Formats: sequence, structure tokens, C-alpha cells
Amino acid sequence: MSFFIEVVAGGLLAGVMYALVALGFVLIYKASGVFNFAQGSMVFFAALTFVSLTERGWNLWLALAVTLAAMVVVGVAIERIVLRPLVNQPPITLLMATIGLTFVLEGMSQLMWGSQPHGLELGIPDVPMEWLSEKWNINISQFDLFAAGVAGVLVAVLALLFQKTRIGRALRAVADDHQAALAVGIPLQHIWAIVWAVAGFVALVAGVMWGVRNGVQYALTFVALKALPVLILGGFESILGAIVGGLIIGASEKVAEVYLGPMVGGGIESWFAYVVALLFLLVRPEGLFGEKHIDRV
Amino acid sequence: MLYREAGQFKSTYAQDQQLFPIVQDRIAVVALLLVAFIVVPLAGDQYWLSAIITPFLVLSLAALGLNILTGYAGQLSLGAAAFMAIGAFMAYNAVLRIPGIPILAAFALGGLCAAAVGLVFGLPSLRIKGLYLAVATLACQFFVLWAINRIGWFSNYSSSGVITAQRMDILGYAIDTPATKYLLTLLVVAVMALAAKNLMRSETGRAFMAVRDMDVAASVIGIPMMKTKLLAFAISSFYCGVAGALYAYCYLGTVEPEAFTLDLSFRVLFMIIIGGVGSILGSFLGAAFITFFPIFLNLASKWIETMLGIEMSHAVVSNSEAIIFGSLIIFFLIVEPLGLARLWQVAKEKLRLWPFPH
Repeated sequence: MSFFIEVVAGGLLAGVMYALVALGFVLIYKASGVFNFAQGSMVFFAALTFVSLTERGWNLWLALAVTLAAMVVVGVAIERIVLRPLVNQPPITLLMATIGLTFVLEGMSQLMWGSQPHGLELGIPDVPMEWLSEKWNINISQFDLFAAGVAGVLVAVLALLFQKTRIGRALRAVADDHQAALAVGIPLQHIWAIVWAVAGFVALVAGVMWGVRNGVQYALTFVALKALPVLILGGFESILGAIVGGLIIGASEKVAEVYLGPMVGGGIESWFAYVVALLFLLVRPEGLFGEKHIDRV
Repeated sequence: MLYREAGQFKSTYAQDQQLFPIVQDRIAVVALLLVAFIVVPLAGDQYWLSAIITPFLVLSLAALGLNILTGYAGQLSLGAAAFMAIGAFMAYNAVLRIPGIPILAAFALGGLCAAAVGLVFGLPSLRIKGLYLAVATLACQFFVLWAINRIGWFSNYSSSGVITAQRMDILGYAIDTPATKYLLTLLVVAVMALAAKNLMRSETGRAFMAVRDMDVAASVIGIPMMKTKLLAFAISSFYCGVAGALYAYCYLGTVEPEAFTLDLSFRVLFMIIIGGVGSILGSFLGAAFITFFPIFLNLASKWIETMLGIEMSHAVVSNSEAIIFGSLIIFFLIVEPLGLARLWQVAKEKLRLWPFPH
């Protein structure tokens, strides 16, 4: 039993890591209707910039601030150069543009910082919590709990930003209806730039967390592929959905890996999350918390 | 002045409905086919035929398949490479396990198996739409590759999971040189492109387009949603499957499942976006662009190196290539969202009036 709890808890905490990446997708989709495939490479770019700066002997917080500034610049530039000319294009065109962006970002980050993998240390050891393993024989990594805490804080900050500030209200207005928001005088372009900058910030957090876990390397871009099932399960428009989706995907994936994997020869984590998400979609085609889509002729 | 339809009268329905109603177009198509069938295999050198032109044709076919699904029926799919993998591995198994099967029948069988899988993975499209569906098709991509990797039957229990395409012959004539492989590919691609062109202007094709433009409206006017969507998935997967078989037999020779990763799916998707969504010609233009552009970039980087007399490291070159490639895709989407096919159309319209402005 304690093994089962350990598996589920490990899965839930891994799910939090997925949710961190999925959050970036949700932010941008909510505010601009763009499915930002480049979120994965933004995570990579942020993590690589951060780790390269710290390896050059920079102070941790200074490096964090500079990387954040770089992400804001990238976000604003993307809005300027890529999205503004593509206003009113169908979603598939926007999706393709962000796939093109993936190439640019990956090429740029490796051109600037080289392509060798880096290790990343934050001073939080990735070891099991002692008292938990002693008392109940459950191994849960300290770092995983830290990541969950960070994700919690991040969601709280985002919720505050969305619910309580002027910018947040504008963001929600834009998400509801671009034209109506424009009509009441909300500067759409500013809002989009802000959203991309915030998404860059989320990418930085996700990148640092994943970087500590798996090392900062090119494979970090595939993290986006892990976040996609989380996204469709939770619904593109919902921050809560990203978290809940992440937890469901993380837990079910771990459980399946441990109990189902040996039966079919292992390696099922590449597709299992997608199948889980598909099953949920068959019941709720817009994901758990997505906006209900009403078709009218 | 040369390209003008003045004086070409249509006096029968057959004339009115033919594929290329303008004489000049017909001449151009025939000339193009003659060049492709006769001049290219005679004049092209081995490297060009086997490493560039054959894969270009194969990828055009895959792009055509994806274009039927995404461009005509409006169902965005990110799993084209998975269907190619099924086509390749099932054609291999057909040749292996059915003695004396003609190679073209094996290709068709590979395509049919891909179509069957396409039907299964097309089922969610009845309920899920748009981007949700696109992500759902990724399930197909990952699951199929996993299955081919894990289930030994597909690769005839070879320890590395790699298969080697068997020798091909048609009516006793061996297909083993780059030129003959090219001709086989060209023949299959030409026939299937013609079929697609005709299919898309039939009732089926019109039903696809109605579903693409608005599926609720289409079902209101009596287009069976299930049949149309599943048919689109099946036909598209069939094309991709045959393309995969050709990819294995006429281009790669030795195939591992890793040849059909998500990257290939994206490349095929890029082809139809750059070429033109919902256009047969666009599939070919897009495939040509994606195949030839990296070669051009490579040449250009060498040229710059000799010009400036500097040595660029391999990493710098490949990363700059990625940057240029990505920017170019974005540039294309901004400047011409309808793709190269639209540019070609505009050029033809201009040509009709040339040299007069109106």
C-alpha cells in the first residue's frame, strides 16, 4: 500500500511539473487565441540562458533577473514581429507560425550558448524526505515538494494578477472578446506583449525546475510534448484545468508505468498520457474546464 | 501574350469539365511529364536522382495525403509520419509473408493497412474538433511508433528493429538502379496525384470541403458527417501509407522506426502550409521547397565561407540554418498565408493579361 501511495504521490508531483509548462500555453491561448507551440523552446531558451549566466559566475538572483528581462524582450519581440502581422488569420496559420518560431528560438539559444548539456543546482537536494521514509516508508523527493510549492505560489500569483489588478481585468476582457475589448479602449497590442512576457516568466520557472530535474539540454524542448495532453485534458482556456490536468496525467501515467508497463514491454510513457487525455475528451470534447463551444450555422 | 484562352471555345460538357481547360496548360503538363519520365532519368546523375528527386516525389505524395485531410477536409493532423511508418512496415511484411506478391500490390496493401489505422484514429474527430483534435492525432504518432518498436512482428524480429527493403522487380524487370526507382516512384505519384485531383472535384471532394468550411452547416444540408470525416482520414492515410512504402523501398532502403518521428510529420505539415493548404499543386511546390531549401542554404553557407574566407563550425551552420528556416516559414505565413500555390495562381492571372495592365 505504501508503495502505491508513493507511486501516486510521485506521479502527482511529476504532474505539477507538467502543469508548470502547460500554464504557459494556457496564458497565451487565453489572451490571444494562439496555440503557442514554441512554449517548449521558450522553456529551453530560458533555462539555457539562466544556467549559462550562472556558470559564468553570476549571482543567482542577478542571473534570474537578467534572464527574466531577456524573456520579456523575446515575448515583446514575438508579439511585434510575428503575431501583429498575423492578426485575424485562422488558428492553424498561427500554430504554424509558432512552430516556425520553435526553430528560431532553438537555433538562437544554441547559437548563443552552445549545445552541450549543463547541470543545474539550486541547493535543494533531490533526495527523499527522511522523516517520511522513516515513518511510513514512503519515498518522496524533497525537490519535488519544492517544485510543487513553487507551482502553487506561481498559480496564486497568476490568479491574483488575473483577478485583482487592472491588467488582469484587461487580460480577461481580451480573452473574452478581442473586438469588444478594443471597443472599450483596451490596447490589444500592449496586452498581448504583457501576456507573452508573463508566459516567458512562466517558461523561466518551468525551465529552471525541469533543468534541475533533468539537466539543461536540448531534450528540454520535448517537455512541451508532455504538456500537450495535460492541456487538452484540462482545456486550453483554464489555468485550473492545467493544474488538475497535470495532476491527473502525472498520477495516471506513473501508475500505468509501474503496473501496466511491464505487461506490454515498457516505454508506454510516450503515448499513455495522450490516451488518457483522449478518453477524457470523448466525454468532454473541450477538456475538463474548457469553454463550452456552441456551434451555430 | 502566349498564355491566353481567347478563341478556345468549349462546345461539349466534356470539354467544359476537363482538368486543364486551356490548351497551353495541357501542353505544359504533357511537356512536364515528358521531361520527368524521359529527360530526367537519362540526364540526371545518380546522386541527384536517388538523394534528392526521389525523396522529393515521395514527400510530395505524403504532403498530398495530408493535404486531403487537412487542406480539403479541414481536420488538422500531426500524425502523417505514423501512417508513413505503417505503410513502410506493412509493405515490408507483405513482401516477406505473402510469397510472389507483386511489389505494387504490397505498396497498396501497406497503404490499406495505414488507411485502416487511420479509420481508427479518425474516430475521435467525430467528437473532437480543431486544435484538440490536432493534439489527439499526436497520440497516433507516438502510439504507432511505440508499437512498431515494441512488437517484433513488424520488423520480422530483427534485434535492432531495422528492416531492409527487399529487392523489387516488376514483371521480371529488376528495380534496383536510382533511375528505375525514380521511375517507379514517379509513376505511382503521377497516377495518385491524378486520382486525387479528380477525387477532389467529385461529390466526395465537395463533401470534404463543405465539412472543412463548416461542419455543422454541412451536416444540416445532409452530408453524412461520420462517413465523410472517416473517409477523409482513410484516403489521407492511404496516400501517406503508400508514400511511406515508397520512402522505404525507393529512397531509404534500410528503415528504422526512428525515420518516421514527429519531425517528419512536421516537415510534411510545413510542406502543405508553404505549398498551399487545399491545393494539389501546392503539395508538390511545398515538398520541392522543403527539400531543396536546405540544400540551397548549405550551398549558400559554403559560398559565404569562401567569400569571407572564414571557417564556420558545423554547429554554427546548422543552428543558423534552423534560424533561417524558421524565420522563412514565419515570413511566408505573414506574406502569403495561402502558400506558393496562390502565388502561382496570381502569376497565371497576370500572365493572361501580359503585356497589358488590364
